[in-house]
Amino acid sequence: MSALGELRSIRGSTRGSPRKRDNRAALVFLLPWFGGLFLITLGPVAASLVLGFTDYNLIQPPEFNGVDNFTRMLSDERLHNALRVTFVYVVVSVPVQLACALGLAMLLDRGLRGMAFYRSAFYLPSLLGSSVAIAVLWRQVFGADGLVNQLLDLVGVQGRGWISDPSTALSTLIVLNVWTFGAPMIIFLAGLRQIPVMYYEAAAIDGAGRWKQFWRVTLPLLSPIIFFNLVLQIIHAFQSFTQAFVVSGGSGGPSDSTLFYTLYLYQRGFNNFDMGYASALAWLLLVIIAAFTAVNFWAAKYWVFYDD
Amino acid sequence: MTDLKQRPLPVVAVAGPPVRRSGVGRPLRGAVKHVGLILLALVMLYPVLWMVVSSLRPNDEIFRSPGLVLDGLHTRNYGEGWDALASPFGHYLLNSAIVVLGCIIGNLVSCSMAAYAFARLEFTGKRLWFAVMLGTIMLPIHVIIVPQYIMFSQLGWINTFLPLIVPKLLATDAFFVFLMVQFIRGLPRELDEAARIDGCGHGRIFWQIILPLMKPALATTVIFTFIWTWNDFFSQLIYLTDPQMYTVPVALRSFVDATVNTSWGSMFAMSVVSLVPVFLAFLLGQRYLVKGIATTGGK
Repeated sequence: MSALGELRSIRGSTRGSPRKRDNRAALVFLLPWFGGLFLITLGPVAASLVLGFTDYNLIQPPEFNGVDNFTRMLSDERLHNALRVTFVYVVVSVPVQLACALGLAMLLDRGLRGMAFYRSAFYLPSLLGSSVAIAVLWRQVFGADGLVNQLLDLVGVQGRGWISDPSTALSTLIVLNVWTFGAPMIIFLAGLRQIPVMYYEAAAIDGAGRWKQFWRVTLPLLSPIIFFNLVLQIIHAFQSFTQAFVVSGGSGGPSDSTLFYTLYLYQRGFNNFDMGYASALAWLLLVIIAAFTAVNFWAAKYWVFYDD
Repeated sequence: MTDLKQRPLPVVAVAGPPVRRSGVGRPLRGAVKHVGLILLALVMLYPVLWMVVSSLRPNDEIFRSPGLVLDGLHTRNYGEGWDALASPFGHYLLNSAIVVLGCIIGNLVSCSMAAYAFARLEFTGKRLWFAVMLGTIMLPIHVIIVPQYIMFSQLGWINTFLPLIVPKLLATDAFFVFLMVQFIRGLPRELDEAARIDGCGHGRIFWQIILPLMKPALATTVIFTFIWTWNDFFSQLIYLTDPQMYTVPVALRSFVDATVNTSWGSMFAMSVVSLVPVFLAFLLGQRYLVKGIATTGGK
């Protein structure tokens, strides 16, 4: 069903292949992929681990400096702040986004008239959301004289500079991420379609109301899809960059309140050409994302229900 | 391996037969629901609609008109925005189009080849490589960008489109490999067997049988690659620093920095221009998306 499901089944199966092998043909077909895997993906992953233990500014050759980059992380206030900002963003925006996605999917999953229209309308922001154009728009909409404040003004509420105020700037980016709930919604819709109607009929005969049906039938049967969405959206949220970059003009401001981890990494690497430290930061990001994913997989044992 | 893309996954819903449960109070509840949904859709799309309308307003009016009704068509924003940067905006559109085209070709060729191998060939270590391939879908680009940048800069590729296109020629967008593997697995194996009996090698089976049947998956790949590459900002920002080489997102961003709050009208106008291709791809692509994904995503 999904990439995650595939990984599960790979872990589970042990059966060898009875068919004859076509290693030569496979090598030819996989040649570009192998090239990409080693040159573009795994090579750089390994290289960035090595660079993480060096001081390198692109001009002088890299100089080995032991664990300096990592001890530097411990006292790097901006890094700590970037971690905090990113965690808040991930922990708040992903659950809210998924709740919206699931709620809407529930509303749409009833052979609804105009289904195609609604699906498109709610999905469109997902396609536009990562563009610079929408970030430009967001900068205006939540600016001091922006659309939000103009609308608030109509009802007599005094707005504020949502983006220029450090206490609200991050919220505008969270709103932006929630706004793109269409993609997970589409996945939920597909999942809801696969729940056999007879389960609901049986539940109804047993006297379960809509609410109980939701908790006892829909949620358990949908839990693998919720899990899939959760893992993916968390990984994506950790990598958010464009919106914070454009909205803050590349600074992560005001007062570093939108300094996403990736934005800080970009500043270190590509503004300061502090490539050694940036590599160490990249690895820390990888470890953090891997840890979140691992915890997710571990916790899944307790709430994800597999029908097989 | 891409930056903050709201990846629509290969399980987009397909319009199935209507399923109705419980029919009490239908008409009224239905009407309320539709009103609610339409309102919500309007709220969600309002900022975008407002941007389109505002791009046709004089600058000062943008800050006083939260509504969608236009007094007149102020098309000057488009002319001004078009010529606001070092090169006319068409130049950046062209650059983006080149990158997008290169990425589409790269993904189509390399991902379909890899997918054929994973879906139809038996080879040593297949399960391991397949797991590695799935793992790379989730690998953040930020982890590899520094060494990649160093490598490409030593090759002298900075400020060319090569760092953006060459990885796609090497099937690094594993997401599409996975999408195509799923699709090929759904095709009847009897077709391959028959061709094999007729003396076809894997090259011909792939080229003459699998590829033609894969059109929906290929169309899906084209549309997603188009939209993601068109919107991609992170890698284009890093690899393209010469204004001559700017693509649309990078140009638009430099526009924001250059004009800070002075000419929202023309900035909106160019933002709208930059979104038109995405919107068209969405409109034209929907049919293929649903069709392609119907076969892949379902299970």
